[in-house]
Amino acid sequence: MNSIAIIILAPMLWGAIALALPPRLKFPLVFAGLLLGCFSAIQLMLLVSTEGAFTYAVGSWSAPLGIDLKVDGLAVSMLLLTQIISLIAALYAQLYLKQQPRQLAYFWPLLGFLLCGLNALFLSADLFNLYVTLEVVGLAAVSLVALTGKRANINAALRYLIATLLGSGLYLLGTGLIYGLYGTVSIELLAELIENPDQPALLYLKITIGLIIVGLMFKAALWPLHYWLPPAHGGAMPAVSALLSALVVKAAFYIVLRLWLELFGSLAALATPLLFGLGAAAILLGSWRAIQADELKRVVAYSTVAQVGYLFLALPLLSTVAQPPALQAISMQMIAHGTAKAAMFMAAGILVLVSAGGKIAQLQGSASRQPLAMFAFALAGVSLIGLPPSGGFIAKWYLLTALIESGFWPLVAVVLAGGLMAAWYVFRVINIAFTDSPDEASDNTLITTNKPQQTMAWLAMLLALAAIALGFCGQPLADLIATGAAS
Amino acid sequence: MSNGLWLVSLLLTSLIPAGIIFVLPERQVALRTTLNIFAAISKLAIIGMLLLEVENGATFRFSYTLGPSLEFALKADALALLFVTLSAILWLFTTIYAIGYLEQGHHRSRFFGFFSLCVTATVGIAMAANLATFFIFYELLTLATYPLVAHKGKASTLQGVKTYLTYTLCAGAVFLLGLMWLQTATGHSEFTQGGFLAANGEFTNWQLQLLFALLIGAVGVKMALVPLHGWLPKAMVAPAPVSALLHAVAVVKAGAFGIVRIVYEVFGIELSYSLGLLLPLALIASFTILWGSYRALFQDGLKKRLAFSTVSQASYIALGTALFGPIGTIGGLVHLVHQGVMKITLFFCAGNYANTLDVHNISQMNGIGRRMPITSLAFSIAALGMMGAPLTAGYISKEWLSEGAYAANMDWVSTVLWISSGLNAAYFLPILWRAWCKPEPSTWPQERIPRRGIKESYWLLLGPPAITAFLTVLLAIYADSSWSPLAWAKLIAEREYSNLPL
Repeated sequence: MNSIAIIILAPMLWGAIALALPPRLKFPLVFAGLLLGCFSAIQLMLLVSTEGAFTYAVGSWSAPLGIDLKVDGLAVSMLLLTQIISLIAALYAQLYLKQQPRQLAYFWPLLGFLLCGLNALFLSADLFNLYVTLEVVGLAAVSLVALTGKRANINAALRYLIATLLGSGLYLLGTGLIYGLYGTVSIELLAELIENPDQPALLYLKITIGLIIVGLMFKAALWPLHYWLPPAHGGAMPAVSALLSALVVKAAFYIVLRLWLELFGSLAALATPLLFGLGAAAILLGSWRAIQADELKRVVAYSTVAQVGYLFLALPLLSTVAQPPALQAISMQMIAHGTAKAAMFMAAGILVLVSAGGKIAQLQGSASRQPLAMFAFALAGVSLIGLPPSGGFIAKWYLLTALIESGFWPLVAVVLAGGLMAAWYVFRVINIAFTDSPDEASDNTLITTNKPQQTMAWLAMLLALAAIALGFCGQPLADLIATGAAS
Repeated sequence: MSNGLWLVSLLLTSLIPAGIIFVLPERQVALRTTLNIFAAISKLAIIGMLLLEVENGATFRFSYTLGPSLEFALKADALALLFVTLSAILWLFTTIYAIGYLEQGHHRSRFFGFFSLCVTATVGIAMAANLATFFIFYELLTLATYPLVAHKGKASTLQGVKTYLTYTLCAGAVFLLGLMWLQTATGHSEFTQGGFLAANGEFTNWQLQLLFALLIGAVGVKMALVPLHGWLPKAMVAPAPVSALLHAVAVVKAGAFGIVRIVYEVFGIELSYSLGLLLPLALIASFTILWGSYRALFQDGLKKRLAFSTVSQASYIALGTALFGPIGTIGGLVHLVHQGVMKITLFFCAGNYANTLDVHNISQMNGIGRRMPITSLAFSIAALGMMGAPLTAGYISKEWLSEGAYAANMDWVSTVLWISSGLNAAYFLPILWRAWCKPEPSTWPQERIPRRGIKESYWLLLGPPAITAFLTVLLAIYADSSWSPLAWAKLIAEREYSNLPL
């Protein structure tokens, strides 16, 4: 049980201490804290896979009076993903910050708060608790975007702030309405209560659910509510972009998924055409913008818009006959995209650092000069495109299975087209990287990566390889998710 | 299950070296070379063992669950081993050749890393035990060949690379559509002798025909069936060893092999026949044979001419598959091997001309036989083989194919074969005439490697084509021995048709 307390409280603690520590000591503390987090997540995962899902009452006060935390397969897999990605992102950030003229001292405390929020979010079992954690995550994320203090980033952060507040506002409104209706915010208790709603309550419920879903769509950046994402993710520090794209966006979606599975799946099925439409639009238009973008990090950011589309597209399938493959697709997509996108942002960060400008056209010859970073970028791209062997392929496989089983053939075409478009924007970058610059002389003046950059590239590579390796983990993941999701 | 580990180790013998080579520093030539050769030889050793066992009727299978109802499965049946053996042997020669060819080149670690990965993918395609696994390796092959095709890194190569990617990735998407449809309806995609769709009532006839079109169309891109062949001449921007590998072993062959697997073990030859699918396939293959040869006539670039020749020759395999009956099957399968050996010789030679004398066009080849006799002799033997001249491997293939056509009551096919042989002669004989009968020019475009006695170029460049040209003859002379590809093809056909009354 201690693992739960550690995983939530430790980041808050080390985050607060890091605020006061001298710069030299910050990183060792954070690193130790992150290792501890990883360890706790693994412990929780082992616990769930051997003994099944369980509920933990904070301070032994259970719902509705106290706070319940729910530990199941879905939660622990997200927890583990979060700890691993933030550990690697932190190592990367440490090396990255060393090369910056200014010490960005607030990064470490903010990372702590972000992690605390994320970890608590994944474990929360009631609507209000989810709101609080969502707000913590949102504010930490906005601050991280604003961290560099550049004008463009401040603007992006402000846009992000408005979107995230709007999103949580809508969510809170929905939660308040539900509380007014049923007098509880515990998901488990609500699930029993709304099973057979009477007629007036039904309408009320639908509105509430609508508010909650739209609020979360803002936070998860589902098209057309994605407008804040590209400048925020495209402009932030690479390690921040990685955390934001891999985890923060997923956190909002995670709540939708949780509620869909445990609370209102059958009611929300009404929204099926809408979600299909928006999901498909996100895939096609997000990919299209990624294809057109000039800046490398914009490409990666728009790719996130497209990849979120797959998640929402798969969501309504959970209420059809194709529930098992749909759930498999969603869980794998969250993890695979998280891993691959973090790898890609980290790789892109190095390429931008070296090419000093970040335009794709400046990447000529980087396959020769930064082979490792480019290789990591390409491997992450393989998973995003959904080519085998990779986690992205497994996700796509089950998404297509679910779509074919439930007979949505036009969406099959959308998913296949999305894969080809992803190939387009990934290989557009790689093609340029493979082309040597026209004059050889300028080639030699450009220096290859220095030592810390090389280490950073290896970190990106590590995550990219993990995204590939996820292609062999479909079965264990399915088993883990099945623990406790049956309810 | 435990014997399945042999199949995994067959993949690992090139996958692990690929991983190591990637991280090797550029200057570690000796280590890299040793590793390459050692890997190729250990792969051959495992294959030798497998050949013996499989001939005696043993079966090898490996499977790993990738997810619910998605299985990664490998098997070593007679058909798989035919292709595996071909790729492993030619990989060894191509590696040796590439070491010589890229002596002073850039990015050799990257090149040899992907080269090994490419062979891993080919071996995986050969041993895939279900369509899903086949697809996985098929896409891996696309990914592994991409950096090889783009290797030169010139702005001018980019267009060819883009075309190659567009064709192969779109084909991949179509393949995935067909595969997912099939897999969702039947719950598996295990290759079965006689075809697993034959016993399956899930699909109506038109659905089966559509499925066939999707799958064959998708693999047809890799094997360059007209009109899906557009990428192949453009992919000639690749260095010579890559072209050799792509045309003789990896990409084109993987496509042809895919057609064999899909017709025989997904649909089953009987079902394909009763659905009326074999005739259209035979027609497309025949058209491709003639069109490729016709276009080859007008190419002055030697590699371009060879590329169109590949378009034509690879379709012999599809044609053999489409001929209902064991004799046609044998012809197609044996050509899979024979075409590989002959085509790789031709590309080795083209690479030698380009690398030694900077000769890229046929119009520059006057008298080249005197300057480079060994290369030109090898080229001549392989070219004669392509025409189907007696005492070469090509003769054996064509003989069996025309016999197969008569047996399948498709006499017109043998006319196609005759016309094609005529066209082959029309585009190969002028080259030979130029090489041997015209006088040597006073200077070559650029003599990169000077002549030393009989050594017209580096030994590493001369050895491989000499050996494969020799093999071209051996394959014909010893066609009837029990260890020839022909004997092996007969074994495959025997097993494939064992449950059919013929």
